[in-house]
Amino acid sequence: MYRGHFGPAQAERLLWRAGFGPRPGEENRLAKKGLRGAVHSLTHPKRDRLIGPKPVDDDGHPIAPIDAWGHDHLWWLDRMVRSNRSLVERMTLVWHDWFATSNAGVGSQRLMLQQNGLFRSHGLGSFYRLLLAVTKDPAMLLWLNGTDNEKDAPNENYGREMMELFTLGASRGYTERDVREQARALTGWRNDWDDDKGPVNFHYDSRRHDTGTKRIFGNHGHFDWQDSCRLAVHHPKHASFFVGKLWSYFIPVDPPAATRGALEKLYVRNHYAIRPVVEAILKHPLLYNGPRMVKPPVVYLAGMLRARRRGIDTDAWTWLSSQAGQQLFYPPNVAGWQDDRWLDTASFLARWNLVGRVLRPSVLKDDDKAPLNADKLLARALEYWGRPRLTPPTKRALTTFAHHAIADADRKWKKEQYPVLIENALRHLIAVSPDQQTS
Amino acid sequence: MSHHDCTEHSRSALLRKAAAQAGAGLPDIEPGMPLPAGTGLDRRNFLARSLGMAIAVYGATSLAPRALDHGIAQALAAGPPDTVLVTVFLDGGIDSLSVLFPHGDPDYRRLRPKLALADSGLVFPEDTRLRWHPSAAAFHALHAEGKLAVLPAVGYTNADQSHFTSRHYWEVGDTDPRLQTGWLGRYLDHVGKPDNPLQGVSLDGELSPSLATAKKPVAALSGAGEYSFWAPGVWGQVEERMLAAIGSLGSSRGHDKALAGARAVTFQSHRLRQQLEPFNGGFQPPVPYPQSNSGFPDQMAGLAAMLAAGLPLHCVALSANGGYDTHSDQAQDLSDNLELASKTLLAFQHDLEARGLGNRVLTLVWSEFGRRAEENGSDGTDHGAAGIGLLMGSRVRGTMIGEFPGLRGGLDEDGNLKATVDYRSVYCSVLEQWLSTDAAAVVPYAKSFARVPLLQ
Repeated sequence: MYRGHFGPAQAERLLWRAGFGPRPGEENRLAKKGLRGAVHSLTHPKRDRLIGPKPVDDDGHPIAPIDAWGHDHLWWLDRMVRSNRSLVERMTLVWHDWFATSNAGVGSQRLMLQQNGLFRSHGLGSFYRLLLAVTKDPAMLLWLNGTDNEKDAPNENYGREMMELFTLGASRGYTERDVREQARALTGWRNDWDDDKGPVNFHYDSRRHDTGTKRIFGNHGHFDWQDSCRLAVHHPKHASFFVGKLWSYFIPVDPPAATRGALEKLYVRNHYAIRPVVEAILKHPLLYNGPRMVKPPVVYLAGMLRARRRGIDTDAWTWLSSQAGQQLFYPPNVAGWQDDRWLDTASFLARWNLVGRVLRPSVLKDDDKAPLNADKLLARALEYWGRPRLTPPTKRALTTFAHHAIADADRKWKKEQYPVLIENALRHLIAVSPDQQTS
Repeated sequence: MSHHDCTEHSRSALLRKAAAQAGAGLPDIEPGMPLPAGTGLDRRNFLARSLGMAIAVYGATSLAPRALDHGIAQALAAGPPDTVLVTVFLDGGIDSLSVLFPHGDPDYRRLRPKLALADSGLVFPEDTRLRWHPSAAAFHALHAEGKLAVLPAVGYTNADQSHFTSRHYWEVGDTDPRLQTGWLGRYLDHVGKPDNPLQGVSLDGELSPSLATAKKPVAALSGAGEYSFWAPGVWGQVEERMLAAIGSLGSSRGHDKALAGARAVTFQSHRLRQQLEPFNGGFQPPVPYPQSNSGFPDQMAGLAAMLAAGLPLHCVALSANGGYDTHSDQAQDLSDNLELASKTLLAFQHDLEARGLGNRVLTLVWSEFGRRAEENGSDGTDHGAAGIGLLMGSRVRGTMIGEFPGLRGGLDEDGNLKATVDYRSVYCSVLEQWLSTDAAAVVPYAKSFARVPLLQ
């Protein structure tokens, strides 16, 4: 457990890792609770409440998350920005990445949102129950061919990924035989097709289930889909997989062996409950004095909107997020987003453009007034973003820019005009600075 | 395509275009016509993330876009190659007997009663029978500067007078109608990188057959990508400062891995923006290029800017402005097209020099054949055999390669100019002297072609 100073800087990092960054002043309020109180407030949030203006599209109409392309993204982004339960939304994002399902394969925003609700309600609960719910979730049944898997024509897709990506890890404690037997155990799910509605009526049909004996991880039995999930979670290699993967969403370096062991015990002792493990990770010293992490694109965007107290008011966030490498409900594949590959020259430009779109409504116009003073301009631009903390090299680069640009103002019209331009540029540069890309 | 093109030329151009686009479903090529090299090569349009621009990639189908991106990024980081070869194609068969005309040859006026040019005064000092076309003053100037090697009669024996076939022979570097890799493509297959498509670039918007490879990737660049940083409410001097500040934000490192990574990407983005300015219309060439509706001057100016920006281009192929298949009304068309092409090439050379790139680039100008010595009845000329070739560059040995054979003894039985240098001699010499590669690995029967000294 972290025993160092827990001030606004630490609270700010916690808010970025366990949520979507602070609203103005939120890190100060959280710091006053101390580490324990702060973490508890995140893991035991109050009743769900959305704060701020309701989401609208470019025309000012309410968004249509089930029907309009891209509005699913807006809908969830809105929750990230406005929910008072930041950790719950962040955990929902974790599970979306963990059980990565893409609407590119599902083809139904309704089913994707339904799955999203499942991640939200189970997000801090029991992993076993979450796994059961995911296994029979319609979007997942379509995505990994669960309803194609029947006794006469088994489909190994879900059974394999369930072990490889969801519960055990690649080649960790299972064989190809286990994959085949898991597939048999998982048979029985089906759905109908409606020409208007698409896939409907997802249900379990025992006639499609293979009732024969299976041998999974050395156990024999007439296993079904629930047994399949139970055997995976009870597998001796599951706890280490779970702890390692969950940890990696919050802290970018491996846990020390002792920490890992303790977290595994904590997890198993609490019957595969997620919340205690998350709590322990959020209190770990490495979260506060360990290295930084690159913010995922939607976290970066939601954080800027939170800092500006701005609601969702444009469709542009969908395609801009997509260019930055993260369109919600469209992870690249079943392994989810590559969290160590968020930044490259293309996504940097996309993030620059995201910032520009955030800045646009409040951009200073030519006839606005700003002081002819580099340091004051920097202070004002920092204030605009809720006074984020900057590293010395970033502060130097910004200060140098502002001073040079002020020095360029060698005529009367420039002295009047340039300060406004410089303040606009500083707002942009602060938000794209390496400090703000990471937390 | 101008009105007086021969139908075979128009048709071959269309067929080539169709072949290049068709991929699997090939059009019916006329019997006897070779397929252009690279026909059916898989074309993949992909967004080069490391460039922030769309390019069309040919070949190396097994490589995922990510691998190509990685390759481009690696090549960008490794820096530009030491030498660049640019090939400029004069489409249609340019009339060499007008570009460098045999003013002092007694048969010239007999064979060209209407088209013979008056003495331009632009004497070719290495063979005083010859004069430069009045519209080719830029070539005269380049030659006087010692930066232009002239091949007055380059070709091959038993020249094929089909646009399609003869061009194919030049493109593949062999008189084999079935060969499906270009001579530059085979060179890149031999020495190129497995994952950098920018090593072979066509600026024609589609694959240049001479660049067609068997395994390594090459690319076509056409539409410019957008890699620019626009900020609302920031312009002018302040914008310039802001763009420079992006580089400053990325210039320190520190121990934190994520922070150092974000800084590195910030700096790379800054650098890339500078490198790609040629695509964003944001560059001013250091020398003036001719004004024209043709894209050729812009393409060459953009190429110089790309090279100056350090993009990892090694072999570049493009077509010059205009069509040179002057079966009729030759005088005016040739004059206009030649003037623009030659002035553009001169500007390109001076541009490279102004950017300090003169020693790195060699430009080869070629056409599929020359034209008949005797003019036809419609103020034009028909397909011939040997024609003019040019090599331009600061390191070029600016003297004649081969000789002008004269109209009396230098014509074949069809009345076309005989070659005094085989085009494969030129290729072998370019490969060995400029690209430092064993020509035998690229050009079939390389040993049988004499080498000509190209460089100083």
